[in-house]
Amino acid sequence: MSKANESPHVATAMRIAREVAGPQAASVDRDARFPREALDALKEARLLSAFVPKAMGGLGLGMIELSQMCEALAQHCASTGMVFAMHQIQVACLVRHANGVGFFERYLKELAAKQYLIASVTSEVGIGGEMRTSICAVEKSGDRFKLDKDASTISYGEHADDLLVTARAAPDATPNDQALVLVSKPDYSLERTGAWDTLGMRGTCSPPFKMRSTGSAERILPAPFADIASQTMVPFSHILWASCWLGISTAAVSKARAFVRNQARSKPGQTPPSAMRLAEVATQLQMMRANVHDVASECEYLMNHPESSIDVLSSVAFAVKMNNLKVSTSEAAFQIAHRCLGICGIMGYKNDSKFSIGIHMRDSMSAALMVSNDRILSTNAAMLLVLKDD
Amino acid sequence: MVEDIRSILKEHGKLSVDIAGLSDDADLYQAGLTSHASVNVMLALEGKFDIEFPDRMLKRNVFESVSAIRAAIEELTGGA
Repeated sequence: MSKANESPHVATAMRIAREVAGPQAASVDRDARFPREALDALKEARLLSAFVPKAMGGLGLGMIELSQMCEALAQHCASTGMVFAMHQIQVACLVRHANGVGFFERYLKELAAKQYLIASVTSEVGIGGEMRTSICAVEKSGDRFKLDKDASTISYGEHADDLLVTARAAPDATPNDQALVLVSKPDYSLERTGAWDTLGMRGTCSPPFKMRSTGSAERILPAPFADIASQTMVPFSHILWASCWLGISTAAVSKARAFVRNQARSKPGQTPPSAMRLAEVATQLQMMRANVHDVASECEYLMNHPESSIDVLSSVAFAVKMNNLKVSTSEAAFQIAHRCLGICGIMGYKNDSKFSIGIHMRDSMSAALMVSNDRILSTNAAMLLVLKDD
Repeated sequence: MVEDIRSILKEHGKLSVDIAGLSDDADLYQAGLTSHASVNVMLALEGKFDIEFPDRMLKRNVFESVSAIRAAIEELTGGA
């Protein structure tokens, strides 16, 4: 959080994280409930339109500040950070690929004014986690469409105002010829078909749903989803998720530091053995932070120079780099939490101690699974067969 | 050259339609070419034409149609 104090908006997110998200975190985790208080505070501070351009009533922030906000929120409540991150990813897809299109321009202004929360509906029963494939299709008739989807998970689906849904562009389109569709209340219904009782990230409330929707055809984004995915959805997802995991790791290491300090105070003059382990985990945290900041800065630069960067954003080299960020930070997050457990010992193992590491371990375990690392590594393995990197 | 490109796409492109029914300008991604299959197409093209696609060419639009692939190969082989 070294540069956070430069941005008043990041400072606001840090305050909400400390004063609202932190105090609710235990009950959100215990009851697997939506972090309503924190989301209300974020709406109040108008941070749900952080990425909407100023001219449209938003804050006009970029990737670096979004990343810092996600990190700050996740440090105090990982579910809050992840809900905020997932919402910003949806907003970014609309801002970067539908701005200037009549309907979406009006929608983004309304989102800024009313602080709508958007959930993502990319998962689908039967596609095996491959986001770039859909089974369901948009069925257009006249100026209306109909779209039903059997989603294997919709994070905060029951708490969102609007949904951004992937589907085949038409009933006769191939599985990877996809479109992105914005559906709004009351044009959709969700029928919950399962529960969300998980190890961690319990407050994201992400059970499976059958979604049914209709709407006016202008709600289908004009850009092909392939471009939206490679140029915006994937980079925003991997950077903002990684920022959340960085927040989780920071929280775990803070507890480990406090624990080692306590030990040191009890025997002044003697460096406790756990201090060595703390020194070790601090190097891994620094590497993770450098990784996130480096890729976030590069992305912000590219997105500020659209005329020269579209080629870069859709290149194999960039895709490999994004995937590397996802795989390495998701693995680091769990390793760091696990190491902190080793440092705090039984005090970290206990759920009711102030050095409890359990929640950080459970939350960080989701990182390698949300878009499975195995799938990402196999994609990279294929791409590295043609990438020369020279 | 177009025939070689078409036969490589037939063998490695895993298209959901027959390549014979597609024009040189048809969008291969809409015909079902996935990024995974496109890697195998690239590898086969590199082998067949004894070329290496530089990283700047490893992007979606270079492989979006038979014509686009031909233009890329011609650029690398000096228009041969």
